[in-house]
Amino acid sequence: MAAPKKGRSASAQSKPGRSLALILIAIVGLTAGMFASGNTTPRLGIDLAGGTSITLEAKADQGSAINKANMDTAVEIMNRRVNGLGVSEAEVQTQGDRNIIVNIPKGTNSEEAREQVGTTAKLYFRPVLAQEATGSAVATPSPSASASGSSSASPSASPSATGSTDEKATSSSSPSASATSQGRAVTDALKDDATPSASASDTAKASATPSASASGGAVTADDAQLQAKYAALDCSKESVRAKAGDGVKPGDATVACGEVDKVWYKYLLGPAAVDGTEVDKAQAVYDTQTAAGWQVTMDFNKSGAKKFADVTAKLAQNTQPQNEFGIVLDGEVVSSPYVSSSITGGQAQISGSFTQEEAQNLSNMLSYGALPLSFKEQSVTTVTAALGGDQLHAGLLAGAIGLALVVIYLVAYYRGLALIALASLLVSGALTYVLMALLGPAIGFALNLPAVCGAIVAIGITADSFIVYFERVRDEIREGRTLRPAVERAWPRARRTILVSDFVSFLAAAVLFIVTVGKVQGFAFTLGLTTVLDVVVVFFFTKPLMTLIARRKFFANGHKWSGLDPKSLGAQPPLRRTRRPGGPAAGPVETKEA
Amino acid sequence: MSKLGNLGARLHRGEISYDFIGHRKLWYSISILITITAIVGLAVRGLNMGIDFQGGAVFTTEKTSVSVSQAEEYAKNASGHDAVVQKLGNGTLRIQIAGMDTQQSDEIKSELAKDFKVDSESIAADLVGPSWGDQIANKAWQGLAIFMVLVVIYLAIAFEWRMAIAALVALIHDITITVGIYALVGFEVTPGTVIGLLTILGYSLYDTVVVFDSLKEQTKDLTKQTRFTYSEIANRSINGTLVRSINTTVVALLPVAGLLFIGGGFLGAGTLNDISLSLFVGLAAGAYSSIFIATPLVADLKEREPQIKALRKRVLAKRAQAASDEDHPVARRLDDDSEDAAPAVVGPRDQGAPRSRRRPSGKRR
Repeated sequence: MAAPKKGRSASAQSKPGRSLALILIAIVGLTAGMFASGNTTPRLGIDLAGGTSITLEAKADQGSAINKANMDTAVEIMNRRVNGLGVSEAEVQTQGDRNIIVNIPKGTNSEEAREQVGTTAKLYFRPVLAQEATGSAVATPSPSASASGSSSASPSASPSATGSTDEKATSSSSPSASATSQGRAVTDALKDDATPSASASDTAKASATPSASASGGAVTADDAQLQAKYAALDCSKESVRAKAGDGVKPGDATVACGEVDKVWYKYLLGPAAVDGTEVDKAQAVYDTQTAAGWQVTMDFNKSGAKKFADVTAKLAQNTQPQNEFGIVLDGEVVSSPYVSSSITGGQAQISGSFTQEEAQNLSNMLSYGALPLSFKEQSVTTVTAALGGDQLHAGLLAGAIGLALVVIYLVAYYRGLALIALASLLVSGALTYVLMALLGPAIGFALNLPAVCGAIVAIGITADSFIVYFERVRDEIREGRTLRPAVERAWPRARRTILVSDFVSFLAAAVLFIVTVGKVQGFAFTLGLTTVLDVVVVFFFTKPLMTLIARRKFFANGHKWSGLDPKSLGAQPPLRRTRRPGGPAAGPVETKEA
Repeated sequence: MSKLGNLGARLHRGEISYDFIGHRKLWYSISILITITAIVGLAVRGLNMGIDFQGGAVFTTEKTSVSVSQAEEYAKNASGHDAVVQKLGNGTLRIQIAGMDTQQSDEIKSELAKDFKVDSESIAADLVGPSWGDQIANKAWQGLAIFMVLVVIYLAIAFEWRMAIAALVALIHDITITVGIYALVGFEVTPGTVIGLLTILGYSLYDTVVVFDSLKEQTKDLTKQTRFTYSEIANRSINGTLVRSINTTVVALLPVAGLLFIGGGFLGAGTLNDISLSLFVGLAAGAYSSIFIATPLVADLKEREPQIKALRKRVLAKRAQAASDEDHPVARRLDDDSEDAAPAVVGPRDQGAPRSRRRPSGKRR
């Protein structure tokens, strides 16, 4: 943060009205936006306003045990999900051995939050052994299939596959359906091509057993049982869907349901090849090239990338549907792309007719990881503020008294200048308030008590910027300058001090915001916001206002209530200034009071 | 104002000043003493971690007519700790108390049942885990470490490494004192306390940087003159920004003091004590350390530099010569003083005497 060039101050000085107009327009605009959006108060944290409390109970029917380690991990992950930016002030904690309480401040979308904490987000990549549309909607895939090419052939070809082991041969006709997108599939690493492949394998039911061995899966003794389960599975019923594949270990083959273009398909899936925990980070992206809509791209970590490359190499040798992957999220197949060659880039993407919100939520969950346990909602209830209302009012009253004392002090010390200080504080306070109110709905920002106290201290820091500047101006006046040159001469130096010191605060805010999670992150956000506002207010409000008032007689002539009275500041007569450069031989100071 | 304004003017001209650098050993000792007290307090009493950090017990009552504040009192009497009481949507109360094990929670449960005049079976007791988990804490430490490294690098570039070190020492000084006093007072540590500490961290550095900025400006052409040593100029720089330091501290401290003393003391708003105490102590320590610790430390470090040492020699030699040449009373006194590590060059004693050599403002232009 180098000292700004001196030349700039001159141009800024000439148009003080413009800066003032700019900041006033900004305030009016933001305030109008605030009223237009209907959020006229900042969202308050649980400690101040209460909220919703969700109690979740771990389900015992999962593969992993309910123990302290798993519960703690679940708390951490839920915390990051509901508190992605750290500013929402949600709280997550364990209760007893198997419950987790999630407290969400009032005004947060509790439906969304419930979904976020309740979703396990266990993600597996499982090789598809067989798949089939269920219900009466078998015909529907064809429109979507035809969209991708000459697929009309494939549905007709596939029935011959029924119950035969030569299913490979018949289904090999299906690639014609997906051929149009083949080139893309290679470049895009892994492409969702569920629709044509699904239609191709409509009736590939009985081929499950041979295909399982074909894909090198570990389906052995309970083949028959699984087969029966698969045959009986009716994915068109929601109650059945919800239970399909419950309690299956990742290492076992399983059945699952998945929806493609509003048709439910059932899948017979091999053991998990890659696991969601091996996803390093995930991101929601909009695919503009192919208009495939919202997708989630994933970067695997090292071991995940290797496993993924291995298994795709193996899968690529198979034919439809056994060259497909089922991407299984919480027991449901979200998409089943096919593979035409080994994918070594360590990247994959899921596309499954997501809305933007769904894609973002999914990527969020994949980034923060899956819950080690699955949970069911036990109760949802409102809670009152954690801090007693009376105490809070007393506290706020005390804070207000403190602020009143600040005003008295400033007026006593700076007199007329205090008007500028107070106006600047008001502007800074108004901007802070409006921004916080707007940030509530925008990023889920919620204001808790520590943040309120932090804002009070921030007022001190904002006031410091004026004080640094005022003291500089007064020093200049003491040197014998008149107000207008004093205001301009003092500014470059005060500006440097303000920028250098605010940069340190901003650095703290930025580092903490990037590195930390939870409430510390929320604090960092508030600190950063107030620091930036401090600079904005001093540059665009305090300084131009100083320039303007320097033209007023009341201040320029140093009225004794202006706070800039050269006499009471103990200014040197201007005469002395001309002599000083001459050397150290300055005379005695008895002229001080002159 | 005129009196204060006069003070400002006289500080500005150097007619009055306090010799911060000269008395630094005194202030160092005071700081070391307070720091040791703080560390001892921390070691002996430890920090009283709140429910957010260590978990505790949660009691859920049946639908009750007992008010929240009453329940708070009951819970406090039963456990001896501050309790968090929330009313749930169905009219029941949720009472959370920090640091309980199963046995204690059973005792409190029966105690509470008595107060609420209900059967103890109707109160559900459970242990709750911390909402401020290890992960949040670890990430916070990590963030702090990265910030410290970056801020030292930044200060070393924007100022110089000596100032970076002094700022860091002042920061550690402030944090230690704040945490120590917190331990001594025995308030429960809440997330608010931690946020307060982080605020201090920012403020302490901010304040130090403001003081250093003035120091840097004043010592810009240091080696081109032979009238003042580094310590003297550093001292003048502190005095020059003293009014600003006082004003800023007052403005920042008044609201917090209001929260702590009026709110906590008179109005009984004890819930704000946790954060306002850490803020109050920290802000005061931050303002103090910038002036009494950080700047003298920089002067100490600087005076070891060969260039600055040479300057010091030149300055003293010149003064000695001036004293013998003119037999100037003030100069002679300065010469005497110069045996001390850092003589006060500007001070009230200059009053009345021709201040020919030491017009501080001469340097500023």
